[in-house]
Amino acid sequence: MAPITLTINGTARTVDVPPDMPLLWVIRDPLGLTGTKFGCGIGQCRACTVHIDGDAIFSCQVSASTAAGKKITTIEGISGGQLHKVQRAWIEEDVPQCGYCQSGQIMSAVALLATNKAPTDADIDEAMRGNICRCGTYNRIRRAIHRAAKESSE
Amino acid sequence: MTTTRGITRRHFIEVSSLAGAGLLIGFRLPTKGTAGTAVAGGEINAWIRIGTDDIVTFIVNQSEMGQGVLTSYPMILAEELEADWSQVRSELAPADTRFGSQGTGGSASIRTGYAKLRKVGAAAREMLVSAAAQNWRVDPSSCRAENGFVIHAASNRRMSYGQLAEKAATVTPPENPQLKDPRTFKLIGKPAKRLDTVSKVNGAGVFGMDVKVPGMLVAQVAHSPVFGGKLKSFDGSTALKIPDVRNVIAIPTGIAVVADNYWAATKGREALEIVWDEGTNGKLSSADITALFERMVDQGKVARSDGDPAGATAKATRKIEALYQVPYLAHATMEPMNCTADVRPDRCEIWAPTQFQTASRQLAAQITGLKPEQVMLHTTLLGGGFGRRAQTDFLADAVHTSKAVGQPVKVIYSREDDMRAGFYRPAAYNRMAGALDAEGWPVAWTHQIVSPSILEAFGPLKDGIDRTSVEGAENLPYAIPNMLVTYAKPDLPVTVWFWRSVGSSQNAFVTECFLDELAALGGKDPYELRRRLLANRPRHKRVLETAAQKAGWGAPLPQGRSRGIAVHQSFGSFVAQVAEVSLDGQGHVRVHRVVCAVDCGDVVNPDTVQAQMESGIAYGLSAALYGEITIQNGRAVQDNFDSYPVVRIDEMPAVETHIVTSGDALGGIGEPGTPPIAPAVCNAIYALTKKRIRKLPIKQLA
Ligand code: FES
Ligand code: FES
Repeated sequence: MAPITLTINGTARTVDVPPDMPLLWVIRDPLGLTGTKFGCGIGQCRACTVHIDGDAIFSCQVSASTAAGKKITTIEGISGGQLHKVQRAWIEEDVPQCGYCQSGQIMSAVALLATNKAPTDADIDEAMRGNICRCGTYNRIRRAIHRAAKESSE
Repeated sequence: MTTTRGITRRHFIEVSSLAGAGLLIGFRLPTKGTAGTAVAGGEINAWIRIGTDDIVTFIVNQSEMGQGVLTSYPMILAEELEADWSQVRSELAPADTRFGSQGTGGSASIRTGYAKLRKVGAAAREMLVSAAAQNWRVDPSSCRAENGFVIHAASNRRMSYGQLAEKAATVTPPENPQLKDPRTFKLIGKPAKRLDTVSKVNGAGVFGMDVKVPGMLVAQVAHSPVFGGKLKSFDGSTALKIPDVRNVIAIPTGIAVVADNYWAATKGREALEIVWDEGTNGKLSSADITALFERMVDQGKVARSDGDPAGATAKATRKIEALYQVPYLAHATMEPMNCTADVRPDRCEIWAPTQFQTASRQLAAQITGLKPEQVMLHTTLLGGGFGRRAQTDFLADAVHTSKAVGQPVKVIYSREDDMRAGFYRPAAYNRMAGALDAEGWPVAWTHQIVSPSILEAFGPLKDGIDRTSVEGAENLPYAIPNMLVTYAKPDLPVTVWFWRSVGSSQNAFVTECFLDELAALGGKDPYELRRRLLANRPRHKRVLETAAQKAGWGAPLPQGRSRGIAVHQSFGSFVAQVAEVSLDGQGHVRVHRVVCAVDCGDVVNPDTVQAQMESGIAYGLSAALYGEITIQNGRAVQDNFDSYPVVRIDEMPAVETHIVTSGDALGGIGEPGTPPIAPAVCNAIYALTKKRIRKLPIKQLA
């Protein structure tokens, strides 16, 4: 066990956890932020996607010690209290079914749009193929990403 | 809640005024299977809360697992209530022992709820109208309800539901309220946005996995890796040395490693040393299972027998036989199984993502020795259900563990535990035989099924036949004069369970592909053959024709592409799909487009119908392309999404759904989208390659 300090959604937090504890479980258990989901634990589903220094990363594959000192954003922190344009697009397209994968989907989509203002379908496939949705909301996810891209270009 | 009135056996609603906050109406709906009969007293199935702030909240006691019941139930109620949709909210029902039998499955929510919810909404509307009429001292018939207000046009007065709520709580509920004319519906049948979306995009929604209870510990439970195996001995001393591990304890279902957090429980679990008694199944393999199926195929009981298929086949000149096989399938819900329980000497509180509250409460009572009334069950959001969460294995683990350690415990299955836990879609082995008359039309059809039974878990099978194993096969809609369908039940230790669309998930594949074989043998177009054989099945025929027309059946396609078609009825709904496929250089199947026609009778929310068709197609396509659980040494081989791949966004076809409104009996919508996709895709592959897929998953074509 060792104290580790992370910046999470803009606030510095110190937690006393084993250095090999995956960031996912640091976020969910000691920090109590449960919007980030556990789906597979092996980097296959990306339900656990967060932003580390702006990049979409699966948090189940990053250890607490690696995350130390980094700037981490979770679904709870992407919009500062208001809804992010990607979240609004998700609502407009009525994307979620069970909803369990959607935090991860949105975190991947936000990261995509941060670097690519007008993604093509191929860009979306590339950026989003890591994120599994067992409810099969993929076509609506695609529409919502295009919608959010259009909104920011207007 | 201050006053309660109208609770008699005859009344179907119970009214309370909320202290200073409005009106609360509880109502009793007959539970499944007793539709239309008198209502048992004392059990409340759902509530309407009308606040003095005009907010109308519908409290729904079905489980929300993505199918949209938190929106469709309120739509039905709001329609009859004449509520203002922008003021409507919905909530999952709290734990309340007055709720009657609770369970969500069989695509049944709308089918069992529709008529009753309309009646309740109408009763509440009439109570609000009475309250307003009393207030204004006018005849209620001179008032009307509209969009959250009661209006007295003659005097140009109006009062909002919020203003009327408290007064309405004193009105005697009507026994036979007047329902609206469906032609005047404003909500039912029109696309509506889901009411639960915000909490699913901002991370706030509470799934079972997210439950937090003061003093809660987290546990993983090691189960026997071999089906039917038992614990021989274990050594938890190394596990106990791991920081934050609190307890290692044998419970009747396995060994629980109890810790402060999930990661410590995982490490402790890895450090456990366990010796299992593998029993007699330690060598069982998928090859053994197939061999058993093969041996049993002629021992089936007759599920359907028309005419004389053997005689007709003997006379026929053109005939074929084929073997069709499907594997065990895991549900692989996005949220792994989990449950939180707090067992005390005098009560037990549970937070569970469950589809089956009634069975859960009974099991918890049995484990704890408490009465079912002492078990409080909170239903959380479900991260997918697909039937898996109608099981109670995860709940038993949590209740046993909390009981053993005397503290609240959340049991979480790792993905590997979840996938190896069994309760699979049964594997099935099908021997098919068919014969054609001189003109090439089918005259004989024999379908011999061997598949483990789901229903025997509930008691002896009637006539030795598991109806779920033959559904979609024994009711084959095609006009073929000589038909035989048999079923043989093998006994295997691998546990099986309901999986989205149940028997139809395999039988649609088998029957629709074999029918395509008969079409090819007789030189008939697969669509035209179906049309002819469905001449007396108007609902099948209508969706078939719609899908074919919208897909441009028969129109030329680009080089390297082909179409396949399938139609199937399940859970009261009729679905036809046309799939357009191609193969890449490595033989990977690519499904570009699916045109889907669905007839589910009256439609509550067309947007949900569309979403559920896409969802069912994605689910069925994942299974068709990749899904299989194989058995080796008595254990499941696949344990995570690397070995059990599913369709991802780059493999998702464009889906075009056409709703065929027939005005016929209501059908379900959560499951019927799944069965036709596998045969539509396989039939398209045949059209392209002349290669028949008779064994799923397709994986890769050589
Ligand atoms: S939980 Fe991290 S990728 Fe699945
Ligand atoms: S919405 Fe259920 S897994 Fe994506």
